[in-house]
Amino acid sequence: MRTFIVLLQKEFLQIRRNSFLPRLIIAFPILIMLIMPLIMTMDVRNVNVAVVDLDRSTTSQRIASHIEASEYLRLTHSTTEYPLAMDALEQGLVDVIVQIPDHFERDLMVSTPERISITANAVNATKGGIGMQYIVQTIARTLAELRGEKSPTKLSELVTIENRYNPTLNYRHYMIPALMIILFILICGFLPALSIVGEKECGSIEQINVTPVSRLTFTLSKLVPYWIIGLFVLTIAMLVARLAYGLSPVGSVGAIYLGAALFILTISGFSLTIANFSETMQQTMFVMFFFIMIFMLMSGLLTPVDSMPEWAQKFTTILPPRYYIEILRSVYLKGTTIAELWPNFVALGIFALCFNTLAALTYKKQA
Amino acid sequence: MNDIVISVRELSKRFGNFTAVDRISFDVYRGEIFGFMGANGAGKTTAMRMLCGLSYPTSGKGSVAGYDIMHEGEQIKRHIGYMSQRFSLYNDLTVWENMRLFAGIYGLNKSQTEQRATELLERLNFSSECNTLVGSLPLGWKQKLSFAIATIHRPEVVFLDEPTGGVDPITRRQFWEMIYEAAESGTTIFVTTHYMDEAEYCTRVSIMVDGKVQALDTPTRLKQQFAAESMDEVFRILARGAQRGE
Repeated sequence: MRTFIVLLQKEFLQIRRNSFLPRLIIAFPILIMLIMPLIMTMDVRNVNVAVVDLDRSTTSQRIASHIEASEYLRLTHSTTEYPLAMDALEQGLVDVIVQIPDHFERDLMVSTPERISITANAVNATKGGIGMQYIVQTIARTLAELRGEKSPTKLSELVTIENRYNPTLNYRHYMIPALMIILFILICGFLPALSIVGEKECGSIEQINVTPVSRLTFTLSKLVPYWIIGLFVLTIAMLVARLAYGLSPVGSVGAIYLGAALFILTISGFSLTIANFSETMQQTMFVMFFFIMIFMLMSGLLTPVDSMPEWAQKFTTILPPRYYIEILRSVYLKGTTIAELWPNFVALGIFALCFNTLAALTYKKQA
Repeated sequence: MNDIVISVRELSKRFGNFTAVDRISFDVYRGEIFGFMGANGAGKTTAMRMLCGLSYPTSGKGSVAGYDIMHEGEQIKRHIGYMSQRFSLYNDLTVWENMRLFAGIYGLNKSQTEQRATELLERLNFSSECNTLVGSLPLGWKQKLSFAIATIHRPEVVFLDEPTGGVDPITRRQFWEMIYEAAESGTTIFVTTHYMDEAEYCTRVSIMVDGKVQALDTPTRLKQQFAAESMDEVFRILARGAQRGE
């Protein structure tokens, strides 16, 4: 125990004496949380729409005027000929074409009408895709209104759209939890590895290896400081999210910290394992980057896991950030409880245990 | 004098095709200053690392302080001190913090640490520097501090790998005084050096050439054996036969 305390004391002294680390630990989360949500927005606005109105009825006009009224959509072309609209799309003047078929209004009253066709320019897949969704919503709303007016018995709306949990569809609220995870990966993923490899490069690790310090004690002494730092970083990040973006967790703060505690252990344990296999800083950095790219792009931080190909979805089950982002998003936005999310906590717990055992086992005192 | 502290039989270490240490055998007795000589690349450091439990032997047997070097490396580490060729204390910690760290690692409690560190600092005339960052100390002082820390837990054996490399003659002299003091208190000293005048201070000297121990005896008898004036000459005679370059 005394060994562990003196080693821990040494780690904190070294971090404090470093001219750069303490500043990084405070400034990094603040900057990332302040600036990145402004930049990492996928809110789509100003979608240019062409309406090809073959019906020329009040219904079709109503659809067009609703499109025009939408704050996200801009009705730029109104025509009765599809090829004209298609030309505009090819020239990039229009993002989405809405074609309302002939006799749409008449058929709507008596039976199922021919379908409205929507064509989107999906070169910018996000803009095309989200633009299309907006149009579908707009049309659905128009039709529901019509139904309501025409029907003698007041029917319930045809389609109701409600964005639960993120009522304003604010993309920032979706991104902020992801940014917190990115912070953990960068701070608690890189620093422990660099600290070990730094000791290898300056030779001090040899002086440790020739003492009776157990591998577990030494590994823990590298782990615990970054665990505390990680929880501190989370606190800063949550404060900034609240002050700058008015986002506070709906669910319990305890669930967020518990998840963070497990996730930081996981990522630090992973980082220590990489360090045990590396001899130089370059090697460590490069290998870490490789894995971090996978963690960031495949864990559902930036894009939903559900829309990945099936093999990729299966692959995400071995990526720790995937479990924590689910916890963080649902606790933050939905207020989900630990009881409901227990499989995620268990998964993180298993990862934390495995990686840290691996880190202790792969640390070789004797070659 | 017959209390054997280090015993090595047919010890070898190979890296691929290269045999760094080639079937060496020797014994070291309690309280002696054992000089471990050899040209650069002769295999001294490799042999020493095996004795300290930093590296596994490829073949052969050995024991240090009664523990087997193959299987009981961690037990050995409780009973030895080691000072590496390359300065390896923490440069960003102060003299006192380094002492406290290693004393703690070796299981000394707070008051023992306090007592032992104060004693060592006084002997080194270092008390005024106890809050200086180790990185800013001159090399000679760093080496003396490394030695002090290697003996902080009063180990049975201290391994010193070229402790006086790059150190001025006065500091070297002081360093050897520290070594003598430690040896007198019963600590066995296992030391490598390139300075042949230092070889004269040793109880016994072994000289390694190309991974093998070519000579082992007291400096006086080695000089007689090779009909040489000094250890320097003995070394030249033996090293001339070396095949390995530097």
